Amino acid sequence: MAGQRRRSRHELRPGAIAIQAAVLAIVLLLGTYLVHNTLVNMARQGIATGFGYLGREAAFEIGETLIPYSPADSYGRALLVGLLNTLQVAIIGIVVSTVLGTLIGIARLSGNWLVRKLAWAYVEILRNVPLLLQLIVWWDLLRVAAPPPRAAWQILPHIFVSNRGLVFPTLIWSPVYLWMGVALMAALAAARIVARGKKRAAALALILPLALFLLAGAPLAWEVPELQGFNFSGGHTLSPELAALLVGLIVYTAAFIAEIVRSGIEGVSRGQSEAAAALGLNRRQALRLVILPQALRIVIPPLIGEYLALTKNSSLAIAIGYPDLTAITYTTLNQTGQAVEAIALMMAIYLALSLATSLIMNWYNARVALVER
Amino acid sequence: MTFSKAFAAALALAAAAQLAAPAAAGTLAAVKGRGYLICGVSTGLAGFSIADQQGRYTGLDVDTCRAVAAAVLGDAGKAKFIPSTAEQRFTLLQSGEIDVLTRNTTWTLARDTGLGLTFAPVTYYDGQGFMVAKKLGVKSAKELNGASICVQPGTTTELNLADYFRTNHLSFKPVVIAQLEEAENAFFSGRCDSYTTDRSGLAGTRAGKAANPDDYLILPEVISKEPLAPAVRHGDDEWFAIVKWTVFALIAAEEKGITSKNVEDMRKSDDPEVKRMLGTTPGLGQQLHLDEAWAYNIVKQVGNYGEIFDRNVGKDSPLKLERGLNALWSQGGLMYAMPFR
Repeated sequence: MAGQRRRSRHELRPGAIAIQAAVLAIVLLLGTYLVHNTLVNMARQGIATGFGYLGREAAFEIGETLIPYSPADSYGRALLVGLLNTLQVAIIGIVVSTVLGTLIGIARLSGNWLVRKLAWAYVEILRNVPLLLQLIVWWDLLRVAAPPPRAAWQILPHIFVSNRGLVFPTLIWSPVYLWMGVALMAALAAARIVARGKKRAAALALILPLALFLLAGAPLAWEVPELQGFNFSGGHTLSPELAALLVGLIVYTAAFIAEIVRSGIEGVSRGQSEAAAALGLNRRQALRLVILPQALRIVIPPLIGEYLALTKNSSLAIAIGYPDLTAITYTTLNQTGQAVEAIALMMAIYLALSLATSLIMNWYNARVALVER
Repeated sequence: MTFSKAFAAALALAAAAQLAAPAAAGTLAAVKGRGYLICGVSTGLAGFSIADQQGRYTGLDVDTCRAVAAAVLGDAGKAKFIPSTAEQRFTLLQSGEIDVLTRNTTWTLARDTGLGLTFAPVTYYDGQGFMVAKKLGVKSAKELNGASICVQPGTTTELNLADYFRTNHLSFKPVVIAQLEEAENAFFSGRCDSYTTDRSGLAGTRAGKAANPDDYLILPEVISKEPLAPAVRHGDDEWFAIVKWTVFALIAAEEKGITSKNVEDMRKSDDPEVKRMLGTTPGLGQQLHLDEAWAYNIVKQVGNYGEIFDRNVGKDSPLKLERGLNALWSQGGLMYAMPFR
């Protein structure tokens, strides 16, 4: 009976085919019409079209870049700078908010009344205040609370905090580091191949790069930040904009992740924790060895959604002056006037990022999912 | 059944196609039919376009818009204002949301050609400058090496800034903030060493937003030419002519000494050009497809260029800007109206 009904639902009657074909035709027609209309209108209004602008000189400066960039570079490279900045925020944000969210999710179920209520308050407050507002509050706080660069706080030797951000020394690159990395990889690879003698391989992994380092004359040079004129020069700066964006995204997303983790833990049947207790595991062991591994399977699918949301929410960076993909795209479209191309490109990139995140997480989900027998 | 549905849908589509065909020409007819003019203005720049507590807009750009409303509709009050960020402004105009963009916008080649815009005559000759806190001890823009500089995105300012530092082999860190208020806050809270925009804008920000305007200094360097002009959509020549000649009428009125106070008497002037302009001798209004009293209405209700300048950014305003380049050509400035004949 049931089988028959299922078949009849999937069976395509000639009428149904006609309707679907008609709907498809209308959608296609509408799409073609919209594209055509846009092109005709832009041509008539004298608005430039095409992606040729990507090769032209951008001529604007970008405050924070992970790759070398100057105003003489192209719009294409400026967009790449923006994309890398977005990726940096997304990756750091996802990792840290997962850790923080998991801790808070566990705290929500704590036996300690105070901890439980604090975690509850955290979740309720942070997930119910608009993210944009939170970002601006964090940014204003960081800007107002910190001193100007000439009166910067030195929190550790050569590490300064001011309203220009956190400045810390960086290691000056030497080719020896590359070879040290190669040596380390080789030693680790050797350890994998030679199943036995793992200890010896581990020692090798430590000694080989170190020997190379000493042999090259220990080239350890730091670029130390120094106050020069207005700002610190040298070293690396974590700007208030990036810091505010990261803190804002992380504490906001962590509130959602906490709820996902809590529901995941509560979704593991009670018998499991009782069984763990019966085996003599204490609460911490039970959580780590029995509950969390099972909760993970429940948690991952909704977690994907949060990761995607974090990546997309990072586009709010434009409000607080962090040069992410959206900010660079907006500047580009404004200087070139090619709004349709610039927005389409940005949408395609965000879509690709989301699909990639989704793909990785789904693969991981498939790996850890319980194989039901 | 299926066929009739599809047919109905096709009909709806055809109807939508008719509706979607945008009004290319005919801004004048659209404005007259609507009964009011829509102008794009800034989100709040003292002296140019800013709303007071009652939501009334004032400023030089606002008065330009009101002058167009007076010319077209005979009533300067029939103008509505849509505030826009630097980034949204061209899209607003291109998409037909606004009739004319009067929003401290610099006339450049790229904007004139690539954006589907046409610029009317300049209403304010400006130049980009820098503002710093006096306590920084900086006296020249050349001393700004390594500075953090607050700037708004999507502006010529952003590009001039990069050009200037490149030319002088100096480095800087831009802090790019879309909202004007946030950019100003960032500067006043010390996030940036300097804030850069057009010098008139700096004066407006200093007068309107600084806790103590005397704590801030506008550096002497003018690093760019910023001719601020109203813009209309490309391809509507009738409308372009109206906006263009509205600006010329403002300037010509000052040249001829016609003010909002004496315009009534000037109608009886012996000067034939004044008579043509104010419609005493008919003809010019008709050629613009406007009422013959168009220029009379402008001057009567909004004033001449000098009155607008003094009231909004000049000696009678908190900004206290000099006329400088914006004086009449006969007084060493660049303001020059084409002949009214």
